[in-house]
Amino acid sequence: MEALAMGDYGVYVWSSFGLTLAVMIVTVWQARNHQNKIYREIEQRLKAMEEVK
Amino acid sequence: MSDWDTHSPSLWGAFRALVRRDLLLAWKRPGDVLNPLFFFAMVATLFPLAVGPNEEQLAFSGPGVLWVAALLAALLSLNGLFLTDYEDGSLDQLLLSPQPLPLLVLAKTTQHWLISGLPLVIVSPLVALTFQMPDRAVGIMMVTLLLGTVSLSLLGSIGAALTVGLNRGNALLSLLILPLAMPVLIFGARTVALAAANDAVAAGIYFLGAYSVLTMVFAPFAAAAALKISNE
Amino acid sequence: MWTFFHRLASPPHFYELANKIYPWIMVPGLALIAYGTYAGLFVAPVDYQQKDAFRIIYVHVPSAYLSMMAYMTMAISAGIGLIWRMKLAHAVAAAAAPIGAWFTFLALMTGSIWGRPMWGTWWEWGDPRLTSELILLFLYFGYLALRGAIDDQSKADRSSAVLALVGAINIPIIHFSVEWWSSLHQGATLVREGGPAITTDMLYPLLAMIFGFTLFFGAVLLKRVRTEVLARERRSRWVQKMIMPLEGRA
Repeated sequence: MEALAMGDYGVYVWSSFGLTLAVMIVTVWQARNHQNKIYREIEQRLKAMEEVK
Repeated sequence: MSDWDTHSPSLWGAFRALVRRDLLLAWKRPGDVLNPLFFFAMVATLFPLAVGPNEEQLAFSGPGVLWVAALLAALLSLNGLFLTDYEDGSLDQLLLSPQPLPLLVLAKTTQHWLISGLPLVIVSPLVALTFQMPDRAVGIMMVTLLLGTVSLSLLGSIGAALTVGLNRGNALLSLLILPLAMPVLIFGARTVALAAANDAVAAGIYFLGAYSVLTMVFAPFAAAAALKISNE
Repeated sequence: MWTFFHRLASPPHFYELANKIYPWIMVPGLALIAYGTYAGLFVAPVDYQQKDAFRIIYVHVPSAYLSMMAYMTMAISAGIGLIWRMKLAHAVAAAAAPIGAWFTFLALMTGSIWGRPMWGTWWEWGDPRLTSELILLFLYFGYLALRGAIDDQSKADRSSAVLALVGAINIPIIHFSVEWWSSLHQGATLVREGGPAITTDMLYPLLAMIFGFTLFFGAVLLKRVRTEVLARERRSRWVQKMIMPLEGRA
């Protein structure tokens, strides 16, 4: 529990680290999302072209 | 017919011609000059109305408020820098002309400063009256505005070149230039504050002068490159 | 040797290669971050002046450093793309921007949180680095806004490249002005790294975090660049073949 308290500064230290973890997750998630979106766009366009044939 | 002339205007001739033409155009549209000026005056005088007539407070915040107002007025006037030419096709002509584009950009920026920055400097002492600024500070303020508005026009030309022809380019223009203009705002406003407190102002003046020279050298090239890209 | 770089710049090869390299960069990066976090929180001794609050340094410094490094990556690759007309370079610039913006935001947040117990306020204008970071965030916003406003990919690439370069030149000037400006005030207690002397048990976790985050940045960047390449090459054969392998005629 001493670790959690961090000498009364617990809130500040843990929220900083928590925020950092959150940003790390967000950047990876955003990259993955971006990739999926583009992939799907291209896929749909190609499918549409196939149907036109 | 003039395309087949064997002599095209000299660099200085082209510069002068462009400045003259734009000044004439501005003369026909006084709103372009007056609107930013009114804006500047309004912002600076609205502040005391909103904050209260406490003289000490006004004197204290005067330099900052004036400088922010000047910055905003400059941003306001920058929209039209390339816009009218873009709309009527003369921008394409400029891009095709034999003179180096950075020089032509510098001409347009000079004209812009003459109708926006310079009037601002001239009007500023009147507006400073509302802030109980000591005389020494007013003089220094005019110097900082003189140097600062030059830099702002130059930086602004880059932003205007990047955003010409874009939807809602105005807001984007301000967003692009604001961070770049921070050093000008900081040194301008704080130097005036130092003057009001009877402190040394040399550092600030030197910086503003150096910065205006730096932008004068680099901004026309950056703006010319941006203009070429925006207008393909 | 040169063939390697040539093939690297070729989009389909890059696409494949980046995928293979990704885990080799991400995993060590995460490992270093994990070690740095553990050591920074539990092993490093308490700071004389700031007690346990100084531990925020282990996330604040790396994020601030990353925010700068991302901008430099953006500006340099933008410049390369502009001068040598390499699409891949433009893709790198576009990919670096959002990551950089997030870490700038993180640097500001952690800096503000760190400041609260130290200064008593959530924001201290007197700290030049924090103010410079704020202006950096606006530079990122401007870059992203400009890219978003231009439809044509090539125009967007080159316009934003000009902006990135102009911004890069201004960053030291901005920092200088903010430092001068804050020095005029009575100096606020600056958030100083670790106090008077930084011991090795304090230093190693910090180095681990910095290296770890650099690798993390590289990995996420790689992922984003892959996507950017995919988007820019969407009409090419190799993309079509990859996404719809059964290109049979009806």
